[in-house]
Amino acid sequence: MDIQLDRTNDGKIKINRPTRGQKSLKWILIATAIFTVAGFFMMDYSGLVLSQAIADTLNNLYQMFLQPELSQVGFGTAMSQVVVTLSLAFLSTILGAVISLFLAFGTAVNLSKPWLSTLIKGVITIARAVPTVLWVLIFAIAAGLGSIAAVIGMMFHSVAYLVKAYSEAFEEIDEGKIEALRATGSSYWQILFQVVIPETKSYLISWTFLRFEINFGVAVAMGAAAGAGGIGYELFMSSTFYYDMNEVGMITIIILIVAIILELIANRLKIKA
Amino acid sequence: MSSKSSTQHLSRVNIIRKKHIRLTIAALIILGLIILAGEITSYDHIDGLLSIPAAISWLFSNMLFSAGTLANFPTVLRLLWETILISIVSTTTASVFALIFALLGSQLTQVNTFLMYVAKLVASVSRNIPVVAWALILVLSFGTNSATGFLALFFATFGFLVRAYIETIDEASSDSIEALRATGATYPQMIFKAVLPGSMPQLFSWTLFMIETNIRSATLVGLLTGTGIGYLFDLYYKQLNYEMVSLITLSIVVAVLIIEAISNRIRREII
Amino acid sequence: MATQLKSRSKVTEKKADPVIFNFPEEAQLEETIERPVIMQVKNLHKNYTKDTKVLKDINFDIREGELLSIIGPSGAGKSTLLRTINRMIEPTSGEIIFGDENITKLKGKGLRKMRTDIGMIFQHYNLVDRLSVFENVLHGLLGYKNSLQGILSLYSEEEKEKALEIITELGIEDHIYKRCDELSGGQKQRVGIARALIQDPKIILCDEPIASLDPRASMVIMEYLKRISRERGITVIVNLHQVDVAKKYSDRMIGLNAGEIVFNDAPEVMDQGIVTKIYGSKADELIVE
Repeated sequence: MDIQLDRTNDGKIKINRPTRGQKSLKWILIATAIFTVAGFFMMDYSGLVLSQAIADTLNNLYQMFLQPELSQVGFGTAMSQVVVTLSLAFLSTILGAVISLFLAFGTAVNLSKPWLSTLIKGVITIARAVPTVLWVLIFAIAAGLGSIAAVIGMMFHSVAYLVKAYSEAFEEIDEGKIEALRATGSSYWQILFQVVIPETKSYLISWTFLRFEINFGVAVAMGAAAGAGGIGYELFMSSTFYYDMNEVGMITIIILIVAIILELIANRLKIKA
Repeated sequence: MSSKSSTQHLSRVNIIRKKHIRLTIAALIILGLIILAGEITSYDHIDGLLSIPAAISWLFSNMLFSAGTLANFPTVLRLLWETILISIVSTTTASVFALIFALLGSQLTQVNTFLMYVAKLVASVSRNIPVVAWALILVLSFGTNSATGFLALFFATFGFLVRAYIETIDEASSDSIEALRATGATYPQMIFKAVLPGSMPQLFSWTLFMIETNIRSATLVGLLTGTGIGYLFDLYYKQLNYEMVSLITLSIVVAVLIIEAISNRIRREII
Repeated sequence: MATQLKSRSKVTEKKADPVIFNFPEEAQLEETIERPVIMQVKNLHKNYTKDTKVLKDINFDIREGELLSIIGPSGAGKSTLLRTINRMIEPTSGEIIFGDENITKLKGKGLRKMRTDIGMIFQHYNLVDRLSVFENVLHGLLGYKNSLQGILSLYSEEEKEKALEIITELGIEDHIYKRCDELSGGQKQRVGIARALIQDPKIILCDEPIASLDPRASMVIMEYLKRISRERGITVIVNLHQVDVAKKYSDRMIGLNAGEIVFNDAPEVMDQGIVTKIYGSKADELIVE
């Protein structure tokens, strides 16, 4: 046998010759593990008595999930606050989707110029680097705390997310179909609305709904942290102001149910797409 | 034109007309929902649009930092580091647990059906309780320190990663698992010789994605729990010290961009 | 049994197609000898639900060292039948006798042990793409190892030498350290064959082994399978959708239609009428020599 064999120092036959990527992965995993362990020692635990904290948390969780009850807010108010949160999520998603659609035309490399695509991607990367809560609070300086700051602030991440999803869907369109329409002398916009959108419709709907699902969670957060109102605000009040764990539990359960319903719908749409 | 082709033509016109009607109805419903949602939240579309240039110009006008502001930069860096630390540690810790649950929860690698549904249910509950709820619940007993942020991010990350990992495992390994099972391999052998080698780069890529996401989420959690960079932002925001607000925002942006660049580099290297 | 004997004698009269194989005379003479039965499939049924019956009362014998092909339209149950033989799919009822044992009752260790005696190759090769050719071939030994030995890749030097021997025999020795996703389809399938051979099996099951390959690579793979059955005396059972390929390479053919065996005889007996019986109206599309 004249096979080129790699052997270990003690003459044993090696059964693989790791590529650079495989070696890198191994070292990165080792480094990550070491960093994680070291990280636990570097974190700031001031004022933490672990056993007490765990016992308290378990007690809180017990009150929340086994004795949930609304006391400060009525059930009707809670439901209408859920609707407010859903509305905030809906507005930021749908407005974001319209903007994203046009930006995605400029980003998809098969529909646009390279410089434009790079420019949009660059701006989006920077916009996405700002946490949503900071966007909302920054807009609150210009527009006051409330729905405008929340919707516009949440829109930035929605746009960043959807432009990426949309443009990738556009890039997968069969080039021949675009060519065929171009050959008949169709204009740029005709091509977009007669081929590009109809071809990718189910993907667009699926991704948009997925973002709506994410935005529901974000809208809850903005209600709690950035004065956007809705069910998130109620959650914030009942935990931080009233320490009413039974109510926190009930509100959490309501949020959980809505979120799971949205997730199930999103999954259904994804399977269809 | 024969009568047959003319009726065909007519029916095509009908289909197109029906499509147009359906499209118009869909557009009207969405428009109606936009107006309704606007009413419910008292959102004004014109003011909304106008706020965008106002906020951007505000942001840039506050970026000429004074010496006093820059003197606080070391504090910003310290708290930023604390935030990055809990983001990474919570993600990597969650990924270990997520991997175990994903193996139990995947149709391909499940041990038994009951455990599969339990794993999926636990993951679903943990990801669908928003990270703010986790933060608000945990801060009450864990107090204002890194442990609260760590745990809040841990639970949300865990739930998300289980779902992402299950999808990755299902995509990457169905064929090779079948082959190993046919050779008479044991369950641990199938996991370590087929599932993990086949999907590890993609699994790690998801972990990197969650680290990127968590640095932003950690800011939110910090704001609610009075820790890390989120706390500092909140402090100066309430003092109306907008130069500091800009400096902190800029620092977060730079940190996120650096981490995204590093993780993209790693992705290219390992996949 | 009588019809089988009759058809077999016909084979020798007609002389097997001389173009395909250059096997020594002894090998051809061997065909006249009745080979011993090594597996019996008896009254095998498989229902996915109450109304979808994929296999209906399947009965046949599998003989040592024969190349047996199973043909039939898609959805006839070929793939299910193949996978019930090594219990990748559980039969609903019936018996499979292999080495004096009814293997439909096996569990745990016994099941694993049985699977080491039956190799399997697949349409999509089912290799671990990111691992080397060498590692993928050695995966065939996992059934003989305990969990820890397998996970840590503790293969002895003899085992590695044996793997190299098989790899060389299949002509992929230049690629041992390549990742499997760098190989062509034909090369991947040869890795699949090597993985099955290192198990030292009595039977190799092949599920549409050439369906994803070009004609040239298909021919190479079929030649290897034929050689394995001849030279190593391993029984090779192949699911095929090309009737002409099946006729050319098989010692015996089984025709499956809607979960039932409608033909079980030598390839020479197969004619257009039988093909129509197996494939129904779709038969016209199939080329039969």
